[in-house]
Amino acid sequence: MRWIWIDRFIEFESGRRARAIKNVTLAEDHLHDHFFGYPVMPNSLILEGLAQTGGILVGEHGNFEEKVILAKVPKVTFHELALPGDTLIYTAEVEAINDDGARVNATSHIGDRLQAEAEIVFAHLDDNDRVKNLFEPKNFVFTMKLLGVFDVGRGNPGAPTTPAGLAQFKGAGGG
Amino acid sequence: MPTHDEILTKIRTALVEALGVDEDEVTPEATLTGDLGAESIDFLDIVFRLEKAFDIKIPRGELFPESIMTDPQYVKDGKFTQAGVDELRKRMPFADIEEFAKNPVAREFGNLFTVDMVAKYIESKVNVKA
Repeated sequence: MRWIWIDRFIEFESGRRARAIKNVTLAEDHLHDHFFGYPVMPNSLILEGLAQTGGILVGEHGNFEEKVILAKVPKVTFHELALPGDTLIYTAEVEAINDDGARVNATSHIGDRLQAEAEIVFAHLDDNDRVKNLFEPKNFVFTMKLLGVFDVGRGNPGAPTTPAGLAQFKGAGGG
Repeated sequence: MPTHDEILTKIRTALVEALGVDEDEVTPEATLTGDLGAESIDFLDIVFRLEKAFDIKIPRGELFPESIMTDPQYVKDGKFTQAGVDELRKRMPFADIEEFAKNPVAREFGNLFTVDMVAKYIESKVNVKA
């Protein structure tokens, strides 16, 4: 299993906000493993999807030079279950960002209905950290390609966010 | 311009939300780590909340200068050196260093971080209404 819990970005505004979708299907094993005979998307994996949406938003803001890790979820509320056939729309908005990390507000919607909402704190690993080698920035960019960030992303000047063009957005977002 | 009480109320809200504690636990003398259970990552969360609540910027390491602890010039054999204590006085004028300086063991360092210390820091950043 690949640990990618969003299917595609549909909006990407550097340093500010990103929206991604997650399609829930009966073909996914985890639906069947959660409650026997009652397939639903586990809330923990919805939170992971929200964190991936926000984490890539925060990482891209720093041009993937920082290793961004999920540090804390001060608050999360689930309002309803996500069922097979649902399309979850994850929205992550940067509330604050600095050298140490970021705080992001995230929501999950099914159509117009608010399905879940969370506050997520990300930390930047410093270079002395023993686990720094777990994160290879180049892999992250590869995943970004898979997820279509570069197809929908735009930086402050309104131009597409491409791997080659990332440098021009450095320090531009979040203001 | 906020009053002292308004500042305390906003700090209390920030700590209740960041640490999941009850409002009545957030007394002026409560220590963030010892009494309120804050861990290192919570300090980042607290800084973000205070910045928003008071519309201020809190530079890295200004409110919680934890990096002093890992500098061998300032902390030796589990105790702050004279240079370390002087550095604390310089960098944390809003904290009650004198009591700590009598026996500056490193494990007591966290006790400097009280709700009252945060309030004094905020008051040094914003104009307070008398």
